[in-house]
Amino acid sequence: MIYLDQAATSYPKPPKVGQAMCETLHSAGNSGRGAHHFSLAASRIAYGARAELAAFFGAENPSCIAFTANATESLNLALSGVLNPGDHVITTELEHNSVLRPLYILENTGVEVTILPATRAGNVDFPSLLPEQLRPNTKAIVVTHASNVTGSMIDMEYVGEFCQERGLIFILDAAQTAGFYSYELKKSPIDILCFTGHKGLYGPQGVGGIYVKPGITVRPLKVGGSGIQTFSRTHPSQMPEALEAGTLNLPGIAGLRAGVDYVKNVGLHRIRQQEWDLTSYFHTEVTKIPGVEVYGDFSSPQRCPIVALNIHGFESSLMSQALAEEFSIYTRSGGHCAPLMHGALGTGEMGALRFSFSHLNTREELETTLGALRDLSSREWEDFL
Amino acid sequence: MSKARVVVTFHTTTEAMAWEQACKEEGLPGRLIPMPTQISAECGLAWLLDLEDKEYLLEQAGQLGLDYQNVVELDRKR
Repeated sequence: MIYLDQAATSYPKPPKVGQAMCETLHSAGNSGRGAHHFSLAASRIAYGARAELAAFFGAENPSCIAFTANATESLNLALSGVLNPGDHVITTELEHNSVLRPLYILENTGVEVTILPATRAGNVDFPSLLPEQLRPNTKAIVVTHASNVTGSMIDMEYVGEFCQERGLIFILDAAQTAGFYSYELKKSPIDILCFTGHKGLYGPQGVGGIYVKPGITVRPLKVGGSGIQTFSRTHPSQMPEALEAGTLNLPGIAGLRAGVDYVKNVGLHRIRQQEWDLTSYFHTEVTKIPGVEVYGDFSSPQRCPIVALNIHGFESSLMSQALAEEFSIYTRSGGHCAPLMHGALGTGEMGALRFSFSHLNTREELETTLGALRDLSSREWEDFL
Repeated sequence: MSKARVVVTFHTTTEAMAWEQACKEEGLPGRLIPMPTQISAECGLAWLLDLEDKEYLLEQAGQLGLDYQNVVELDRKR
């Protein structure tokens, strides 16, 4: 099996991730729920992971990091937690449905939403577009750091400075970039960073987090048990408990910490270099195959390890299925939950076949995949039906 | 007669965990206990220590930049 769907979830996971989860399941109680040995063991695991994530992202302190189920929950939390009826928010066509759908709901409550268009190459020209979209009631800008369709990274520095100079809240979707890009959040204009644990951080599925810069208040999506301030009618307002109502996914958090440990040990620089080498090689070779059209901008090395393409305009789902069934090569087809991006790329109806790599993939695996694509590209459309 | 005790209280569990970790690393006195009801009925954790260690601990905590909510002497009479 050749796994090239790393942008959906990373595989394989480091063995220590599973070990940490299993150990936690058998050695810890409920975090923040008492002071007996088992409960304290759980609180220490949660705090240790929180502190490690804060250090990894260069955050001000561990309390800036709250655990969530995934990047989608973090983005829902961020958007519904800072925007009010009458506010204006700016986003882009690059976004995943985890940004777009919460914004569509907020739009129905009176939040004004502007969506900046993407070019045919999948980029957004922020310097030309942003200033003219600013309104007196603009409160926030929410963007993905990298497109999950093309892998292209946005000019995060420009958007960050734009927000900082105008006092706007800058919300960054780091679903594809956590564990790839070196963040230094305390020195950064990023106010809220939404990340998942199961992609570039090599943790298990079902755990993620949100960074909130000190001074920014995010209204919680859910309230309830917190282990503190029991007799207050309101949920604690202090971070991170403010955003963590209910029992934490402690095995998941322990696994996430083990994943972050792994990434630190390998080194972000090394991961980026290896993934860029694989991406560059694959892109160069795949574009030589007749009938292949690759989407996105490959002129800059500022990109995630993703290559999206179509062959002769064949439906991407049939190509993905043929790769899986005939060659045991696993990819992702379709719209990748980013409908507006496919509109911009002109791939709306057929979607795209996405290859995404991790540093654990090999040149040999890509050579095998390229051979399979050469085979598929030589066939007739009817062969896939 | 038993020693007088104080507890340090915290805004959040995370604050208590940061406090415990730093105190352990620095070899500072005290340990985590459930929040005594006489201090607050609000649940959570507190750091228990002897009254005689209070001044030293708070001075060290200040140097370490540790956050806490309050320091309260325990009433040990029933």
